[in-house]
Amino acid sequence: MGRTLAEKVWDSHVVRGEAGEPDLLYVDLHLVHEVTSPQAFDGLRLSGRGVRRPDLTVATEDHNVPTDTTAIDDPVSRTQVETLRRNCAEFGVRLYPMGDAGQGIVHVIGPQLGLTQPGMTIVCGDSHTSTHGAFGALAFGIGTSEVEHVLATQTLQQTRPHTMAVTVDGGLPPGSTAKDLVLAVIAQIGTAGGQGHVVEYRGAAIRALSMEGRMTVCNMSIEAGARAGMVAPDETTFDYLRGRPAAPAGSEWDAAIDHWRTLATDSDATFDKEVHLDASQVPPFVTWGTNPGQGVPLDSPVPDPASMPIGGPREAAERALEYMSLAPGTLLRDVAVDAVFIGSCTNGRIEDLRAAADVLRGRRVAAGVRALVVPGSMAVRQQAQDEGLHDVFVMAGAEWRSAGCSMCLGMNPDILSPGERCASTSNRNFEGRQGRGGRTHLVSPAVAAATAVAGHFATPSDLEA
Amino acid sequence: MERFTVHSGRAVPLRRSDIDTDQIIPSDWLKRVERTGFAAGLFSEWRRQPGFVLDRPEYAGATILVAGVNFGTGSSREHAVWALQDHGFRVVISERFGDIFRGNAHKGGLLAVQLAAGDVERLTAAVEQDPSAEVTVDLVAREIRYPDHKVAFDLDDYTRERLLAGLDDIALTLQHDDEIANYERARLSWLPTAL
Repeated sequence: MGRTLAEKVWDSHVVRGEAGEPDLLYVDLHLVHEVTSPQAFDGLRLSGRGVRRPDLTVATEDHNVPTDTTAIDDPVSRTQVETLRRNCAEFGVRLYPMGDAGQGIVHVIGPQLGLTQPGMTIVCGDSHTSTHGAFGALAFGIGTSEVEHVLATQTLQQTRPHTMAVTVDGGLPPGSTAKDLVLAVIAQIGTAGGQGHVVEYRGAAIRALSMEGRMTVCNMSIEAGARAGMVAPDETTFDYLRGRPAAPAGSEWDAAIDHWRTLATDSDATFDKEVHLDASQVPPFVTWGTNPGQGVPLDSPVPDPASMPIGGPREAAERALEYMSLAPGTLLRDVAVDAVFIGSCTNGRIEDLRAAADVLRGRRVAAGVRALVVPGSMAVRQQAQDEGLHDVFVMAGAEWRSAGCSMCLGMNPDILSPGERCASTSNRNFEGRQGRGGRTHLVSPAVAAATAVAGHFATPSDLEA
Repeated sequence: MERFTVHSGRAVPLRRSDIDTDQIIPSDWLKRVERTGFAAGLFSEWRRQPGFVLDRPEYAGATILVAGVNFGTGSSREHAVWALQDHGFRVVISERFGDIFRGNAHKGGLLAVQLAAGDVERLTAAVEQDPSAEVTVDLVAREIRYPDHKVAFDLDDYTRERLLAGLDDIALTLQHDDEIANYERARLSWLPTAL
């Protein structure tokens, strides 16, 4: 019987497979950042172990770093970043520190350097590692104990996951993006819909996405509960990779392409679970609640919990609306925002910045709205400046920053104040995610930019009306 | 890792679904480089509200958390497990867990027990009615006992054995060092290395 993409990548990385035990899986690339690694390096020191493959390990500073200066004021954050620097020096791990042209969000720099390639296994102490699945890699987030395990052994003990196909047919309507698509998927299958599964995104709408769009989709697989999300590699993938610093070259490139072409799911393979979506029915989305599954088309009103099943879903919706300070029935277009955040490992790449700039060009951010544009890496920042996008943002009244996780997660100076409402291109709208008491609505870069101009939720076409 | 065999204690009911790890331990706490000292961060935003169930005197000293469906979603932060353990929890019971959280819990010796919805509801109601009820979580027999009830739970044999013995995963893996080295020798030549 045929095998799926995920099964092929899994099978080719099993170092040891015994009945009744998890498989021992080889890790091709281990990405490291300052937050989830210090205790792992401490563990190595305590047990007298080293890093088995520093050459397969890459570190960057992203979660803690300020994006308007390279000086970290918070002593606790500073200690954590300095600890990463010491650990990388001691164990011989390549680090891209703040201020370096190669620094950026861990899930932005991997693909950018060409380190992320089809058929690889990639892990990181960060749940959004699923991003790298856009290349047909098996990539997933791990905890700190597992970070230590990978550092020491370059392997992980893993139980074989189930497989799930999310097939998206048709084409996205004008104005809808990869972000809207993945928010629609999560709204349909729920935040636990993918639990225990590796999702493979398939279908015409996925094939039509750029690599960056595919990364946006795979990035949010974890928000549907899935361990990983994958897209089979194709010409779009190869075109993206060709010529990148870590990509194969010469005869190795040809050999690599031949191999990568074998990875696609066989026609007679079956999935444990299948879901279908019609992309032509996906309008711009916005979340109204406190988990990423609580999203609706931007045209809609805030849902009424009374219309939901009694018990869990209704109680969760009631609690979410209370936290979000929203009344059922309110049109989302009438909801005003205090802040707009464009950036993160979900939407901090050059195409995202271009989409936002296209909306902001010749327009102004509404009075009283604070708009932050934060490139996902210093290389993205440089490219945006080469294209003149930074002028567009600054002229519109937005802040143009250096690279980092910024206002995605409340670990650095870029945070919301209690009660502030934000249209954000990030991935999580959990309570307090962008700062204590902050209220997050997840949207695409185009909707974020239009919302910044309108002062309330809006699509780019609303601005032309 | 601390061994887990049989644990008896009191349980605290947390009737909320979809509790993400940002709620279990807010990100501000993730700046620390230590592995302990996270107790004060546990549910710290919710605990600002007076009367939050964890802080009610009748549940003081509880060591078993009974939570709503889909516990531990979101971020991979193992700090969530450390915070629960630092607060004194040995067991979390829910109908369903986030995959990464559950894996992290079992790496660190915090038992994450999955029960059917009805069983979670009955246990929740029981400890709401009688906060002093003794609950026993028996990993040897794979069952939970509390007054007038006995509920079996599933856990795969491998994870159970590891928890019962308190085994160190890295030491186990390093026993297969030869197999790792053999695998490495056969890896494709063009695979990337750090630049």
